[in-house]
Amino acid sequence: MKFGVIVFPGSNCDQDVYYVLRTVLDQPVDYIWHTETSLKGYDCVVLPGGFSYGDYLRAGAIARFAPVMSAVVEFARQGGLVLGICNGFQILLEAGLLPGAMLRNNCLKFRCQDTYLRVENNNTPFTNRFRQGQVIKMPIAHNEGNYYADPETLRKLKERGQVIFRYCTPEGEITPKANPNGSLENIAGIINEEGNVLGLMPHPERCAEEVLGGTDGRELFASIIDWWPHRFRAGA
Amino acid sequence: MLHKPWQEMGLTDEEYERIVHLLGREPNYVELGMFAVMWSEHCGYKHSRPILKMFPTSAPWVLQGPGENAGVVDIGDNLAVVFKIESHNHPSAIEPFQGAATGVGGIVRDIFAMGARPIALLDSLRFGPLDNPRNRYLLSGVVGGISFYGNCIGVPTVGGEVGFAPCYTNNPLVNVMCVGLIERDKIQRGRASGVGNSVMVVGARTGRDGIHGATFASEELSEASEERRPSVQVGDPFREKLLIEACLEVVKEDLLVGMQDMGAAGITSSTAETASRAGTGMEIDVSLVPRREEGMTPYEVMLSESQERMLVIPKKGCEERVKEIFKRWGLEAVEIGKVTSDGVLRVKEGDRVVAEIPVRYLTEECPVYIRERRKPEFLSELWAYPLNELPEPSDYGEVLLKLLSSPNIASKEWIYKQYDYMVRIDTVVRPGAADAAVLRVKGTKKGLAVTTDGNGRYCYLDPETGGAIAVAEAARNLSCTGARPLGLTDCLNFGNPEKPEVAWQFYHCVLGMSRACNYLNIPVVGGNVSFYNETSGEAIYPTPVVGMVGLLENIDRRCTAGFKQEGDLLLLLGETRDELGGSEYLALVHGVVAGRPPQLELNLEAAVQQMVREAIARGLVQAAHDCSEGGLAVTLAEMAILGGVGAKITLDSPLRASSLLFSETQSRIVVSARPDKVGELEELARVFRVPFKIIGTCGGKTLSISAGLKPLLNLSLGEMEAGWQKMAVDLEG
Repeated sequence: MKFGVIVFPGSNCDQDVYYVLRTVLDQPVDYIWHTETSLKGYDCVVLPGGFSYGDYLRAGAIARFAPVMSAVVEFARQGGLVLGICNGFQILLEAGLLPGAMLRNNCLKFRCQDTYLRVENNNTPFTNRFRQGQVIKMPIAHNEGNYYADPETLRKLKERGQVIFRYCTPEGEITPKANPNGSLENIAGIINEEGNVLGLMPHPERCAEEVLGGTDGRELFASIIDWWPHRFRAGA
Repeated sequence: MLHKPWQEMGLTDEEYERIVHLLGREPNYVELGMFAVMWSEHCGYKHSRPILKMFPTSAPWVLQGPGENAGVVDIGDNLAVVFKIESHNHPSAIEPFQGAATGVGGIVRDIFAMGARPIALLDSLRFGPLDNPRNRYLLSGVVGGISFYGNCIGVPTVGGEVGFAPCYTNNPLVNVMCVGLIERDKIQRGRASGVGNSVMVVGARTGRDGIHGATFASEELSEASEERRPSVQVGDPFREKLLIEACLEVVKEDLLVGMQDMGAAGITSSTAETASRAGTGMEIDVSLVPRREEGMTPYEVMLSESQERMLVIPKKGCEERVKEIFKRWGLEAVEIGKVTSDGVLRVKEGDRVVAEIPVRYLTEECPVYIRERRKPEFLSELWAYPLNELPEPSDYGEVLLKLLSSPNIASKEWIYKQYDYMVRIDTVVRPGAADAAVLRVKGTKKGLAVTTDGNGRYCYLDPETGGAIAVAEAARNLSCTGARPLGLTDCLNFGNPEKPEVAWQFYHCVLGMSRACNYLNIPVVGGNVSFYNETSGEAIYPTPVVGMVGLLENIDRRCTAGFKQEGDLLLLLGETRDELGGSEYLALVHGVVAGRPPQLELNLEAAVQQMVREAIARGLVQAAHDCSEGGLAVTLAEMAILGGVGAKITLDSPLRASSLLFSETQSRIVVSARPDKVGELEELARVFRVPFKIIGTCGGKTLSISAGLKPLLNLSLGEMEAGWQKMAVDLEG
């Protein structure tokens, strides 16, 4: 399978994701410039973290108008895998590929720290190597990670198993104290209804090697690679 | 004829006469402005140049010493590390958020001007006490500005320090260090060579912001400083990020002859400096410079300090490719002139010559002052302070908790978690986990350890010793991770150098630093001087800040500060002496800043550092942490808190307990080791002639310390951690 990492002006985790896919996981991967209009030939595209267009106006608000985003929408419609990390998640929300919106962290400050996440649904192309309910450790680094959705949307998300990660304590409890940014019901990552577009605030690429203090992030990418040969059977 | 415009620009009558003499005529207004910024202390180093010559600047591994945009050291594997520290004190005193943000932007440009990829940032900050609301405002503004700019450009902020003392009220220090990585054969220089080559401005457009910023940085702060607010530039980190990528792409394709950051004094300094280094001249046309505003005069264009701009000199025939690359990144690259052979910086506006100055006059003929030096009178009195008459505290545990919650010692997690310290996925030892941060070098087994250090209080009490300690402590911090120091960059923050006492402090501080550098074999490869750190005539403590980079040959053999395992034995390398002078204990518990700071024996310092590096490289050590502010007790408490493991300590010494626990004697490191490694460790200590003692064992959930049979303190991990984190709770709620 082939990965693409989209480079928006101001993306700053593009090289990190590329490194993990290419060097750590030995996968074919290309950078995709924000002006590209086709994603033909790719199986999974990653919208990396960073400050696309400086996050001016609002995180992700300008990036959604980049030429490549029409191609991402089309790619997702055809069943391609889309992974939005941090700023990438914010862009997916702005582009309407995922429901809900991001507010500023409730502490009104940027937060860079490790968080614990509970895997709420392991039956996805992105999480199949985790156990249901498994507690994993992944760092966050953001200013706007305070996820919000209206009650109706939230109800549907939960009903359909679209909430994928929740911030939790090291023991796996969902508590206000374990929530680093005030996000609704400790939500850290969600998937679309079709199950092929995942957005999450934590950075899996920052914990994909032992030397960096953890490998839970590697498992997320490895899930995608494991799942790919079975895609027709599993159906995404 | 009483109007003397040069005085408003910061030049003296004598300096003006010198300009007239050099030019053989009166300068026009544009020329006068150009001289004023180039001859400011900030650009011309007129009060510091002769003294800075004391620094050792060479070593076999130094590829570039002072004089370029940044220094460069070799780390093998065809790789080199580029680094520099710079101050942004004055702008931050007036406008903390933008002052700090543009401080980050400026130092990052210095690094990629050398062609290097910026890989780490560190900040050394000083503020007045936080019971003053203005100081709290300055602190939150500065931290916010660093967070805003550094996070956006994707360069991790991995280290630094924050200190507090009354002398920094209204005159905070904001020193920012950037570290970059480059392939040796890709190093760029800020040189405008090749007559006929184009000169380009790339990046942001030029506006009216920051005019005379360099001059502002070269005067004391006062009530009127608020009016200087327009001298503070506004940063655009998004544009800086694009500029980094575009410049590195141009370097990768090897399209340039030279490149230079447009920092202080903007187009004036970048054109003059690049021409001066190459021994060439330059002719530029200000009407070609892309503007943000209409109606700007040549004077304003030449002196603007608009951010996110660079000067590049492409190789002949590469101009179009350079423009193409910048365009791809959404940036302008515009030719504004040519390199010439006559050694003159000629500025035109269309056909009209508006300034014509031999480059050398701007860069080489800046007057140099050797001021009268006088030892401050207050020192004799401070040295004579009867420290021995101070009463012993009744509860040592309470004192330790008080020290742990002192802003100078307390955990700074609440600050660094506002910085992205992980982006670029190289941060192997994170901020707070060890005495220095460690970054891996991808594609090798190597690691880089980075730190900043400086103790203004020591330098106030004895600048020579304090200066030497700044160097020694930075090196010790690197050594505690296992890294060998390669070089340092210094930011020298002082008061008004025209005052004999400040001139004395400056001289002795640099002397002490130079002695330590020479002894420890650490070259100075670049730096920055910030004078006039005074508010209403009161100078700050002399505060040299040392930024240092070290090399770990094997990243798997790195060491952190937290205790690792129950049952590990604890060794104190070095010896504790009765040295409470200038200590945090003295200031906090007795409210006294007096005495002499701890003495530094360089031979012992070198031995202790070599030994700990060797021990870490051989895998004998589980944890290492040096003794600094707060003394041995604080060192042990921090190791326990970080590791989540307590310890039982027995000290055997005739010293009074307060000294035993809180004396800040130098050249001491606490290491923990598995019992089966202790024999080899002891042998190593003998080989390196390092005095040592086994002082205790890791275990349990409390830290207990006794002197012989007499218990001194017994604190739980929980209460120590609560004290250590108290500052964050107080400030953040």
